[in-house]
Amino acid sequence: MKQGLFEIIENTALTDKVMRMRLAGDTSAMERPGQFVDIRLESLFLRRPLSVCDWDDESFTILYERVGQGTERMAALPAGERLDVLTGLGNGYDISLAGGHPLLVGGGTGLSPLYGLAKALLKNSVRPVVILGFHTAAEVFYTGEFKSMGIEPVITTEDGSCGVRGFVTAAMDFPYTFFYACGTEAMLRAVCEKSRCPGQISLGKRMGCGFGACMGCTVLTKNGAKRICKDGPVLNSEEVLWEG
Amino acid sequence: MGRLSVSLCGIELENPVIPASGTFGYGYEFAELYDINCLGTFSFKGTTLAERVGNPLPRIAETGAGMLNAVGLQNPGVEKVIAEELPKLAGCFHKPVIANVSGFSESEYAEVCRRLDEQEQVGWLEVNISCPNVHGGGMSFGTDPQAAAAITRAVKAVTTKPVIMKLTPNVTDIVSVARACEDAGADGVSLINTLKGMRIDLQTRQPILANITGGLSGPAVFPIALGMVWQVSQAVKIPVIGLGGIQSAEDVIEMMLAGATAVEIGAANLINPFACRDIIENLPAVMDRLQINTLKDITGGAHG
Repeated sequence: MKQGLFEIIENTALTDKVMRMRLAGDTSAMERPGQFVDIRLESLFLRRPLSVCDWDDESFTILYERVGQGTERMAALPAGERLDVLTGLGNGYDISLAGGHPLLVGGGTGLSPLYGLAKALLKNSVRPVVILGFHTAAEVFYTGEFKSMGIEPVITTEDGSCGVRGFVTAAMDFPYTFFYACGTEAMLRAVCEKSRCPGQISLGKRMGCGFGACMGCTVLTKNGAKRICKDGPVLNSEEVLWEG
Repeated sequence: MGRLSVSLCGIELENPVIPASGTFGYGYEFAELYDINCLGTFSFKGTTLAERVGNPLPRIAETGAGMLNAVGLQNPGVEKVIAEELPKLAGCFHKPVIANVSGFSESEYAEVCRRLDEQEQVGWLEVNISCPNVHGGGMSFGTDPQAAAAITRAVKAVTTKPVIMKLTPNVTDIVSVARACEDAGADGVSLINTLKGMRIDLQTRQPILANITGGLSGPAVFPIALGMVWQVSQAVKIPVIGLGGIQSAEDVIEMMLAGATAVEIGAANLINPFACRDIIENLPAVMDRLQINTLKDITGGAHG
């Protein structure tokens, strides 16, 4: 983990609600796709944790949905503004588990870390199947970016207005060697229940600090208590204890 | 002795800055970021007899100038703390440390304190009778002077090291609780723990915290903490550790002027992991500006 000042070099709308922000600064603490950053915002007490979509030596990209005070404030920030960011947080996905035919499943902005993961897998000469789920056609984003990598993502929409009608599970076509997922808890649970291979999922929880100090985001797993911010956010699918 | 040094219950601290329990783990997360030996000491995560998984999520909610937490004393239990956490702590911190203890009965407090008292690196025991986020223990002992005195006596009977009782602000009269602890043999008091509060999610119309209520901390509570330190430090002779919303070297000095011998820093660590280091580094310049020669001389300086 590192703390640093980052300059916003892009902050643009991808859909009605989803934004892409690129920040320039010291990215040397970033090691694996699926890790996150924690952003301090003027006059809000807690930092905002966000998955890293992609990064290089000088900058990183996050995709975020305007859902509350923090993300609304972020959406209004102009390029050139500087932000205090903690980087290199969390464990990230383990790409060594992928096998030859892995599946990547993302719901909405949950596709964010899967973009960086797909890139890392391609670099290892592993070509993943990518399924991206949305509510409706107007909310579809980032398919072009996956295509630019040479991956044709399968799109699902709940209302059938684009791609396969239904949830992401409607497009899952086992067998895969491994799966990686990020999205809502309901989606992750459905994917885990339908999957017939091991996988890793990235969980989003309300956090205090983001680096393992406050125990604000601890969940019970089959392997004991885990802090989502430090021991996660990526958990192995078989260790998750689903609530209810 | 340096100009930042203070004495806490007979043990010299290089400076009065102490990360508060529950915001600093067992130190090693922070030791990855900076050399934590710059700290006066720190108070490690609250320890109970048995392992506790804590409360269901969400445990954290943001507030104006602060936050609510309802972690619920998650910890691995005293046995594992001694076997696994303290050796790791010793690897990165080489000064006496404060063992923070919680419990649900007099005998539990006594047993956990007795075992931690035996640990060489433990310099003080901080007895938390003020956690607002557990039921049937914690704060219920800190809201009644007689119960607070009973816990103090039970702990003092089985320990050799200084005992600091950590007090709750969720009372009518914190002075009477502090006096009861002093009369029962406490070597110091620390205040304040968090203030009970809640938030509601406007979309779901439900409380944000699964525990419904949580403890408020952060700069929002600083004036309340300061006022209580002011009152208590004039009513007791034992040292007072001041905590609640401290964010800067200036806040440290203000808290000491109100009557604190040393200070604990909590929520600030969670938003800036370097907060304590930065405050220690800033202290000399702020002291120069305020014409303060040695820090230990300003405790209670505002009392007149």
